[in-house]
Amino acid sequence: MLAEASRSSSRRFWALLAVGVLVVVAGLAAAHLMEERGHIVTGMNNRIVWALPHVFALFMVIAASGVLNVANIHSVFGQGAYKSCAPLSGLLCIALVAGGVAVETLDLGRPERVLATMTHHNFTSVFAWNVFLYPGLIVIVAAYLATIMDRRHGARSGAVGVASFVWRIALTTGTGSVFAFLVARQAYGTAVLVPLLLAMSFAWGLALFLVAQSAFCRWNGVALPAEVRRRMRNLLALFVLVVLFLVLIYHLTNGYFAKQIAFERFILRDGGVYPQLFWWGYVGAGSLVPLFLLWGPRGAAARDGLAAPLLVIVGAFALLYVFIVGGQAFPLELFPGYRTASSFGDGVIQAYVPSLPELALGLSGVGIAFLIALVGVRLFDFLPHDEAAAPQGAGAD
Amino acid sequence: MSEVDHGRRKFLWESAALAGIALAPGITLYDLAHGRRPEAAASGKVRWGLLVDMNRCQPACDACVRACDTENGLSGGKTVTDSQWIRKIDLTDPRGSVRSLPMMCQHCADPPCVDVCPTGASFKRADGIVLVDRHICIGCRYCMMACPYGARSFVFEPVANQKPEVPRGKGCVESCTLCVHRIDRDRIPACVEACAATGHAALLFGDLNDPQSEISKRIAAVATTQVRADLRLDTAVRYQGL
Amino acid sequence: MAGVPGGACTRRTALFAAALVIALAAAVGAQAAPGAPTRVPLPSIEAGAGERCVEDTAFMRRNHMELLRHQRDVTVHEGIRTTRHSLANCVTCHAGRKTGRVTGERGFCQGCHSYAGIALDCFECHADKPAPPMAEVTR
Repeated sequence: MLAEASRSSSRRFWALLAVGVLVVVAGLAAAHLMEERGHIVTGMNNRIVWALPHVFALFMVIAASGVLNVANIHSVFGQGAYKSCAPLSGLLCIALVAGGVAVETLDLGRPERVLATMTHHNFTSVFAWNVFLYPGLIVIVAAYLATIMDRRHGARSGAVGVASFVWRIALTTGTGSVFAFLVARQAYGTAVLVPLLLAMSFAWGLALFLVAQSAFCRWNGVALPAEVRRRMRNLLALFVLVVLFLVLIYHLTNGYFAKQIAFERFILRDGGVYPQLFWWGYVGAGSLVPLFLLWGPRGAAARDGLAAPLLVIVGAFALLYVFIVGGQAFPLELFPGYRTASSFGDGVIQAYVPSLPELALGLSGVGIAFLIALVGVRLFDFLPHDEAAAPQGAGAD
Repeated sequence: MSEVDHGRRKFLWESAALAGIALAPGITLYDLAHGRRPEAAASGKVRWGLLVDMNRCQPACDACVRACDTENGLSGGKTVTDSQWIRKIDLTDPRGSVRSLPMMCQHCADPPCVDVCPTGASFKRADGIVLVDRHICIGCRYCMMACPYGARSFVFEPVANQKPEVPRGKGCVESCTLCVHRIDRDRIPACVEACAATGHAALLFGDLNDPQSEISKRIAAVATTQVRADLRLDTAVRYQGL
Repeated sequence: MAGVPGGACTRRTALFAAALVIALAAAVGAQAAPGAPTRVPLPSIEAGAGERCVEDTAFMRRNHMELLRHQRDVTVHEGIRTTRHSLANCVTCHAGRKTGRVTGERGFCQGCHSYAGIALDCFECHADKPAPPMAEVTR
């Protein structure tokens, strides 16, 4: 019986590995195509320079920072109940940073030159700081994992845990600053983007943790204590609410400035796909429905489902698409009060259609993260094992 | 030729030139600040600038754009994936009038593109020209996000038959160089030359730091503005009649 | 190799390895002998238009990349346009007499780089042909 279970779980592992490898290979093929033929094969242009791959990359980097929060709640805030979640949280953090950075690097115009970021630095640029912050997070989290999984180093887990918390806050601040420091664009250039991205990291990291933890636990026949699951869902609802609040603040403030009102109308009402994604994708499916599922007057069974975290993730992608692509689709305002026209997209809303290579590249980042997590869980003891292993197919999650 | 001969010949030429200038004070035959020798570095004493006279710029004319395309080996395509270092913008006042102006890299004194470039590939030369060092540009396009003027272009396709003076290639970001390869050889930007050739003479190039240069005198005499002056970037390109 | 006694297997492997090493040594030795007829391909490069290089050949073989790297920094960042070590100057002389380029299978730059297996990406951006002659127009 045990051998049977072990063989089927082994088969599942190899099948999942194959899927992951295929996704990654497809993305690498897309990257190779972009390298050979140039970015003309994508849907990007001189007005919309960051697009679908950056939506994936940004999501992964923000979620990476947030998924570590689950471990931090234990190490930094001393909530012992989360101790069993900490190793998986650390592994997912490393996996997501790796995936996000891979997509960003492969989308560069000259990815073979990425080493130039290590030999030439311009520290007025937040990107230059991110070049250290992203790999640094991987190193610190690896050290943190060593302290919590190896009893010899257990005494240091508190200090390293705090270090990882501070580093991840710095990293998400850096990510938010990338946009916050863009003075010329109406969609960006505001300080509220930093706490907004921080709040996003809390919400999306936790949602991703819930999904990943549920999947890996089910595939490996273990389960988290019900109390921990309940508290995490409560937290998720709270984080989703905070993000919604900050998004509201961002748009309200923007709308108050007469010079920004045209942009707000575009994003929230007139912009076609962008308002649709924003209202239906992010506010509706990504925030209000999960809030209802998590806190609404339903039975406990519904609250235990994966629907809420999955919807939060869908909403995250919708919001990031609106933020990154919609923010660039709106034209730069060079001559306030005048209508402009040119051969270079002045004065018009720029159209953008995502292309297959971009989608493949973005998905390959997810694939890389998935492979790292899958192999990690297979090789090491990352999964929570506070309760006895539940039989396959039991009702847990 | 031996070392000594070369040195002596150079000395004789320079003395003659100096004497020539000294003979006619006030009449600058060969402005010393611009007569930079090839082995001399660009100097901060000079700040190159451009003045656009919108009263003379014609909406139907695109001589500056075509000259830039030819000079720099651009494809000449005008889609949103083609490199356009200079473009004509048609400006329509909501109350009626239509005017036109060329828009290119404004060569700001405080360039946002230089601030955000992670490798320092986007940089400002000593004489104020903002350039991209394509040897270290990784093609991240952050500078394109940061530029308030949309002046930068990304090269979306492989390039062939480049002009030897203007290396450019796929995967890097580029923008108006103020024809730095011409300026370093005491010539004026191609767009300025072309505009003068059409007779409109809407573009004026010169040293903003030299109070005696024609551009400085004109800026001192008439009202000129910078585009998006609220950003306080202190651009080297100014517009008259905006 | 299941079923075969360990001793036979080890001896066979050792003999095979020894044969391989001797064969390689012989091949290398044959080529190393000075004046011996060689089957190692050498780069086949089309002659350029210029007469003599600005530096001597041995120096250039070892240091041309350093010269170019230094020159590109001073030219791009400081506007120093001395021609002795500029890439455009190299191309002017070294462009093949028939093809007019330094790239291509027998091009001066590409031929050697392909032979040595070192990626050459200068000419993704730089012109691989000399500038056409043009009259200098002064301001």
